[in-house]
Amino acid sequence: MDKRTIISLLALVVVAVFLAMSMIMLHQFGEPERMPMDDYIITNTQSETGTNNGVTAVVFDYRGFDTLGEATILFAAVAGVVALFRGFKK
Amino acid sequence: MNEMSKIVRTMSNILFPLILVFGFYVIMHGHLTPGGGFQGGAVVASGCAMLLVAYGSTWVHKKVKESLLSSFESIGAVMFISLAILGLIIGGVFFSNFLVSLHSIFGNIPPSGSTLSDVNTGGVLPLMNIAVGVKVIAGLFVVVLVMAYASKGLKEG
Repeated sequence: MDKRTIISLLALVVVAVFLAMSMIMLHQFGEPERMPMDDYIITNTQSETGTNNGVTAVVFDYRGFDTLGEATILFAAVAGVVALFRGFKK
Repeated sequence: MNEMSKIVRTMSNILFPLILVFGFYVIMHGHLTPGGGFQGGAVVASGCAMLLVAYGSTWVHKKVKESLLSSFESIGAVMFISLAILGLIIGGVFFSNFLVSLHSIFGNIPPSGSTLSDVNTGGVLPLMNIAVGVKVIAGLFVVVLVMAYASKGLKEG
């Protein structure tokens, strides 16, 4: 066996071990670790954000920073596509 | 890609306004019904992609330039982040919902257990939905348009 095969086998073993560990250490499905969080959002969405739609309240208000990252990803994708295909034009 | 047959073009002519209306409805009512800026923007952009398939990329590229769409995408991004910074200035926290406490436009607070009829609620959430919607419409359409227009000279198969 040459060096590349040994290294890739080692990497495969490490990834597999970490995947198996994370699958074993998952907590029970349907029982989140921090229960007060979703109760807080369900009770306070209407009074704090003034919306009836709790999902939109989480996406744009409580977790607005995540949406900013999502918008940044879209912007980067568009910039990449436009820059990549600019050379094809005649 | 050349334009398709007259049947396809007529059907897309009929369907295109309906898709636009549905997409803008999803964007505008993002704070009341399921959906939002991203989903409605994807609906509108897929309608534009249908037009691209039916009429060919050359025809669409004559009507809409990708520089215009890119600037619309940037306008959406600037609207979104300036709303967030306005929240930082007025409300004290980044992404703070400052319009709810002001009782102005979009400032109503719905009573508990009410129906989804009051559009004038939600604070900055409708504005952010519109910003993200503009961004997603322009972004997805410019991706499809640039790819189709760049590959029109290539041989098929």
